[in-house]
Amino acid sequence: MDFAQIFSLTAGELFGVFTAAYALCALGLAMHFGYTGLLNFGQAAFAALGAYGYAFATLNLHWNMWGSFAFGIICSAVFALIMGIPTLRLRADYLAIVTIAAAQALYYAFGTSQFAWATGGSNGLSQFGTDFYSYNPIPEGRYDLGIVTLSEKEIWVRIVAWGLVAIVAVLLVVLTRSPWGRTLKGIREDEDAVRSLGKNVFVYKMQSLVLGGVIGSLGGMIFVLSSQTNQASTWVSNFTFMTWTVLLLGGAATILGPIVGSAVFFMFLMLTQTVLEGLVNIGALPFLSIAQVGQIRYLLVGLFLMLLVIFRPQGFFGNKKEMQFNG
Amino acid sequence: MANTSDIAKGAIEPGCAKVDPILIADNVTRSFGGNKAVDVAHLEIPRGKITALIGPNGAGKTTLFNLLTGFDKPNTGTWTFEGKQLAGIAPHRVARWGMVRTFQLTKALSLLTVIDNMRLGAQDNPGESFFKSFVRPLWAKKEQEITERADVLLKRFKLDAKREDYAAALSGGQRKLLEMARALMSDPKLVMLDEPMAGVNPALTQSLLDHIKGLKETGTTVLFVEHDMHMVRHISDWVVVMAEGKIVAEGPPDVVMKNPAVIDAYLGAHANDDLGTVSIDTVKEGN
Repeated sequence: MDFAQIFSLTAGELFGVFTAAYALCALGLAMHFGYTGLLNFGQAAFAALGAYGYAFATLNLHWNMWGSFAFGIICSAVFALIMGIPTLRLRADYLAIVTIAAAQALYYAFGTSQFAWATGGSNGLSQFGTDFYSYNPIPEGRYDLGIVTLSEKEIWVRIVAWGLVAIVAVLLVVLTRSPWGRTLKGIREDEDAVRSLGKNVFVYKMQSLVLGGVIGSLGGMIFVLSSQTNQASTWVSNFTFMTWTVLLLGGAATILGPIVGSAVFFMFLMLTQTVLEGLVNIGALPFLSIAQVGQIRYLLVGLFLMLLVIFRPQGFFGNKKEMQFNG
Repeated sequence: MANTSDIAKGAIEPGCAKVDPILIADNVTRSFGGNKAVDVAHLEIPRGKITALIGPNGAGKTTLFNLLTGFDKPNTGTWTFEGKQLAGIAPHRVARWGMVRTFQLTKALSLLTVIDNMRLGAQDNPGESFFKSFVRPLWAKKEQEITERADVLLKRFKLDAKREDYAAALSGGQRKLLEMARALMSDPKLVMLDEPMAGVNPALTQSLLDHIKGLKETGTTVLFVEHDMHMVRHISDWVVVMAEGKIVAEGPPDVVMKNPAVIDAYLGAHANDDLGTVSIDTVKEGN
C-alpha cells in the first residue's frame, strides 16, 4: 500500500471543491433546520437550480459570470418562494414532504429529453465556465502545494469556493447573533409563542427558507464549475442526504459544524476508499473487488453516522442542550 | 374590591354593557363538528380591571381566548379592541395592537436563555428585520433599552438569578412567571392569561397573585381563565361564567358565586366544598 498517496489524497479532501460545495449546502440546511426548525429534504433541488441556473444563463442567454451567478441565485429563491407559500403556514412535516417531492420532480424534469433545449437532457450541460476561469489570475501550470499538486484552474476554483464558504459563514454568524436570529430560534422552539409576541412567523420562515436555499444554490454552482459539467444524475436525493450527514456530523445549530463536518465526511470517504483499495490490491480482502469498494465505504459512512447519533447526538460542535437530533 | 357600579352600566346580567369596555365581542361562534364550543352573543371586558373567566372543563374558555387573539377562526362573530375591528386579524397583529396572551400549556422557548425569551417579547426592535440585522449600530441602542427593561421585569418576577439559564432549566412555575413577564415586555393594554396558576408551586402562588394585581395598578387590563376559586374570589373585580360555550352569568365575584345558574353549571354538587387549592390564608396575606 502506498501510504504517502493515501495521506495526500485524504488531506487533499480537506480543501477540496466538493468539500466546500457540500459545506455551503449544509450551511443552508443549518439555517433551515438548526436555526429555524424547517425540515428541508430537498436541498439537492436548491443546489441543482443554482447549477442549472448558472449553466443555462451562460449557454443559452450568453450572460457573463456575474449575470449567470445572479440567475442561479434567483432560480433557487423563486423555488423557495413557490414551496414556502403553501407549506410554511402548516406544520414542519409538510415542508419536509413537499421539499422531498419537489426535489424528486425537478430531478426528473432536468433529466428528461423534453427540456433538453435548456437542460441538455440526460447528457447535461458542459463548458459553461469559460468566463469564470477568465478571471483566474494564476498563470497556467501545475503547482506543488506540498500535499497535492494542482493546476491553475483547480486552485482558482478552490479559492473561490472557500472564499464563498468564508463569506457565508461570517454572514451567518452575524445574522444568527442578531435579534433576527433570535426570533428564528424562538420559532424553532415554538412558533405559536413567537406569534403571540407579535412577530410575523410566516415572513421569518420564508426569509430563512430563501436564504438557506440561496446558500445551497451557491454550493451547487461551485460543484459544477469545478468540472464545467452539470448532469441531472448529480442531483439525486442522495445528494440531499449526504448534505444532512455533513450537517449532523458537525452540529445542526452551528456555523463551524457544517464546514468541519464536510471536511471530515470527505476525508473519511477518501480514506476508506484508498485504504480498502490498497487492501484489495495486496490481496488482503479476497472477498472484495475494486468495484465494490465504492459501495462499501458508504456502508461505513452509515455505520459512522449511527455511532455518532448514539454517542454524540449534538455533532462535533453542537451544544448538547441546544440542539440534538430531535430538533 | 371595586365598586360594581363603576364597572357595569345598567342591570348586571350575562352580556351586560360596561361603563368603559376595552373589548366588545358580538355573536362569536365556533363549532367543532356538530359541537358548538363557543356561542357568545355579547361580551364586554371592562378596562383597567381584572376580569376572571371561569367555567367547567369544556365550557369554551380557551377556545374563546384562541378566537379573540386570532389563533383560531370563528364561524361567525365580530369583536373590537379599543374600538378597532379585530375579527380576522392575524395573531401577531393582534399582539402588536396591545392584546397579548399566554398559554395554558406554558410556551417558554426552552432552548433560548431566559433573557433572550424576554428580549423576544419586545416590539419594534429594528434588529429583528432581516436587512437591518446585519448592521449592528441600527439596533444596538434599542437592544440595550430592551435588555434594561427585561432586567427590571426579571427582577420583579424574581427570575434575575436565572438570567443566563436556558428556559428549559426552569421549574414549571418559573416558566409561567417567565411567560407572563415576557408578555409584559411589549407593555400590552390587555393581558390574557390562560390558567396562570395551573401547575404552579404554592410557594410561587403569592408572588403570581401580586404580579397580577400589580398589573392593574399600572393600568393594564387583565382577563384570565382560572379554576382556582379562591384566586378568582380574591383578585378579580369582575367574573364572567361560561358553560357549554355560552356566557351564563357575570358580575362581581361574591355575587356571582351565589348565583344559582353558576352553582348549577359549575359548582354543581360541590357547591359546599372547598374548590380552591390556594389556601385562604395565602390569598388573604396578599390583601
